[in-house]
Amino acid sequence: MGKVLMALLRKAAVFLLTLAVASLVVFAFMAVLPGDPAQVALGVNATPELLAQTRHAFGIDRPLPVQYLDWIGGLFTGDFGRSYVTGDAIGPQLVDRFEVTLWLVGAATVVAVLVAVPLGTLAAAKHRKASGTVVSGLSQLGAAIPAFLAGIVLVEIFAVSLRILPSGGWTPPDADPVAFLKGLALPALSLGLVQAAVLTRYVRSAVLDILREDYLRTARAKGLKPTQALIRHGLRNAAVPVVTVLGLQLATLLIGAVVVERVFVIPGLGSMLLDAVGSRDLIVVQDVVLVLVAAVLVVNLLVDVLYTVIDPRLRRAR
Amino acid sequence: MVRALLALVLVAALAGCSAGSTAYSSPSADSITIGFTAPPANLDFTRTDGAAIPQALLDNVYQGLVRLDANGAVVPQLATSWTVSPDRRTYDFQLRPGVTFTDGEPFTADTVKFSIDRVRTDWTISLKSAMDVVDHVEAVSPTHARVVLRQPSNGWLFTMASRVGAMFAPNGVGNLATTPIGTGPYRLDRFNRGDSLVLTANPGYWGPKPAFARVVLKYFQDPTALNNALLSNGIDVISSVQAPDSLAQFASDERFTTIQGTTTAEVVLSFNDAKAPLNDKRVRQALTYGIDRRALLDTAWAGKGLLIGSMVPPSDPWYEDLSTVYPYDPAKARQLLADAGQQHLTLRLRIPNLPYAVDSAQVIRSQLAAIGVTVAIEELDFPAVWLKQVFTGHDFDMSIVAHVEARDIVTFGNPKYYWGYDNPAVTQLLADADTGTPEQQIADMKQVARTINADAAADWLFLLPNLIVAKRGITGIPPNQVGESFDLSALGKS
Repeated sequence: MGKVLMALLRKAAVFLLTLAVASLVVFAFMAVLPGDPAQVALGVNATPELLAQTRHAFGIDRPLPVQYLDWIGGLFTGDFGRSYVTGDAIGPQLVDRFEVTLWLVGAATVVAVLVAVPLGTLAAAKHRKASGTVVSGLSQLGAAIPAFLAGIVLVEIFAVSLRILPSGGWTPPDADPVAFLKGLALPALSLGLVQAAVLTRYVRSAVLDILREDYLRTARAKGLKPTQALIRHGLRNAAVPVVTVLGLQLATLLIGAVVVERVFVIPGLGSMLLDAVGSRDLIVVQDVVLVLVAAVLVVNLLVDVLYTVIDPRLRRAR
Repeated sequence: MVRALLALVLVAALAGCSAGSTAYSSPSADSITIGFTAPPANLDFTRTDGAAIPQALLDNVYQGLVRLDANGAVVPQLATSWTVSPDRRTYDFQLRPGVTFTDGEPFTADTVKFSIDRVRTDWTISLKSAMDVVDHVEAVSPTHARVVLRQPSNGWLFTMASRVGAMFAPNGVGNLATTPIGTGPYRLDRFNRGDSLVLTANPGYWGPKPAFARVVLKYFQDPTALNNALLSNGIDVISSVQAPDSLAQFASDERFTTIQGTTTAEVVLSFNDAKAPLNDKRVRQALTYGIDRRALLDTAWAGKGLLIGSMVPPSDPWYEDLSTVYPYDPAKARQLLADAGQQHLTLRLRIPNLPYAVDSAQVIRSQLAAIGVTVAIEELDFPAVWLKQVFTGHDFDMSIVAHVEARDIVTFGNPKYYWGYDNPAVTQLLADADTGTPEQQIADMKQVARTINADAAADWLFLLPNLIVAKRGITGIPPNQVGESFDLSALGKS
């Protein structure tokens, strides 16, 4: 029990320390970024008096350490600050935007798993045959394609030529579930298929390793067919390395979503970040980056927990 | 969580199923979807600057006493008529009776006083200074409002047609960022931040009922995504095509029709008139002779747009075609440079990282190389870095920016403006034009336009065109972008 507590405390400390370092780095970046948020907000008609007033209202006329501590202090009380551009509280917006990005990343992950697990298993089972080699080759190719390029190609095919799916835009699931799913399809595919290509290769090698294991031969000797043996005894064992990769991929997916959201005009965290950089809404940039960092850290934690669920042996090892 | 998982599985199922079973539905008969580029940050143009909010709401949800018609003339809206006193300081507006706001409040002379007074007390955007000239507003009777100015100003009535002149319901200003209350043909139905704005017809509207009961303004930050949305039937109209090269794909498709109108956006090659070597008029004239603007327009903006020669678009009453004053003449350009002792000139062209500026800069560099001028192009992040270094810091020799605001020729009367043009005669003419009669205004403004052209205060490369692509059969789209609004009221279908 004490050991578990220690492990948890250590993880929490690493989590907080990483966030603190990330917050310092992003704040420092914003501080040296050329451009005056007040000037951008006011535009070309700004008078010097109005500029000074606005800088004061934003709080950017204070020394940098004070601004930093004020920002961090607010975060501890759940106050993400107010946008320079709109004057609105950022917290509720972050929640809205994050939900959108989560749908996208979640759907992409489902696509990746649903494509990669069967294909990877097939490639392993038939690794000496033509079909297995073709799958391996295609996954190599797919892994080299950036998600936004996949997005552009998918739009060209399904939206512009066939006109069966929208080329972009976002409908909240509660407003119109069908339109929501249609709008989610292409961005989730662009993100998911590329990840699936990467994941397929890991699934293939994990399954290949397992096919050589003694317990699988034993299972076959007991009379199970190769497929049955693989599904009953193999997949769970193959899952550990695959989940590790999937965890790492989720971080890639979050970053990929930033770009794909722009291609598909989806109002998620990525669009929020890019808009905020353009309009020098520095506090929004800081908040979004920190949320993304926190999300990646949380995913890593979850992957750790997931190991122990999949493989009971790892529970005892701790 | 279970619901979320279920939905994700559905997505996967949808992704897996073969294409073709369900066609992407196009909007219903009484609904239209229009694609725009920049989304509004919120709906309060009294406190948040930017073109997107008045573009969506002015004339559609909010109305003023006057508005700009498609040709840029000031015409009645909530005022039926007005008179100006002989000293040009007092404006008497006769108001349209029986007009109500969407919250049920009546529109009266008291509303006019409330709205104009409120600009000074509650607005924060820099445009509010347009109301500084107002001395006071009187409600003479419910349908008669009198506005008294501190001094005569023709520019004031013009700005009353912009967002600054919008009429607000006294009890309807509590939550402008999300809940606009106006007198216009449309009211807000739903605002999906960053994505779309849905307007529905205002059942209590005083004017003719709009043809479309529902209008969706959909926002696309990426120009390619905007084009794709129309090609895939996701929208019905592109309000403004950002890359003229992409018009070809619509022209070859019989589903669409292209409309070309004018804007008030002059693409200006600005000179730092206050600093050597461009404080020498001969050098500026040499550069102007050394640039073939027709060739530049063909290369940079697919030949769409208008050569203007001064800071005046054709929608202003004092427009004259001055585009032929400096014909392309490299020999004359070299001679002028020799006269000025500047045969080996190197100039820094510091431009925003925007398509029209980047493309124009390349052409200018190669054309000026032919007259012996070396141009060093630097791209700056727009707006942040450009505003800081060029606009505020005056750290540039030349720049290229589209000056989009209406009647921004007045900036040549301000010696502190970034191009540093200091000519007291022009400043005086601009002041006289604002206080004089409309006839004198036109005469004086023509004189200003000619003077800055003769001084080569800048090189007006071209006027950006307003390029609209719409599905065939949609009518009533305003061809020109001359004011701040995108007027939806005249839209229809044939």
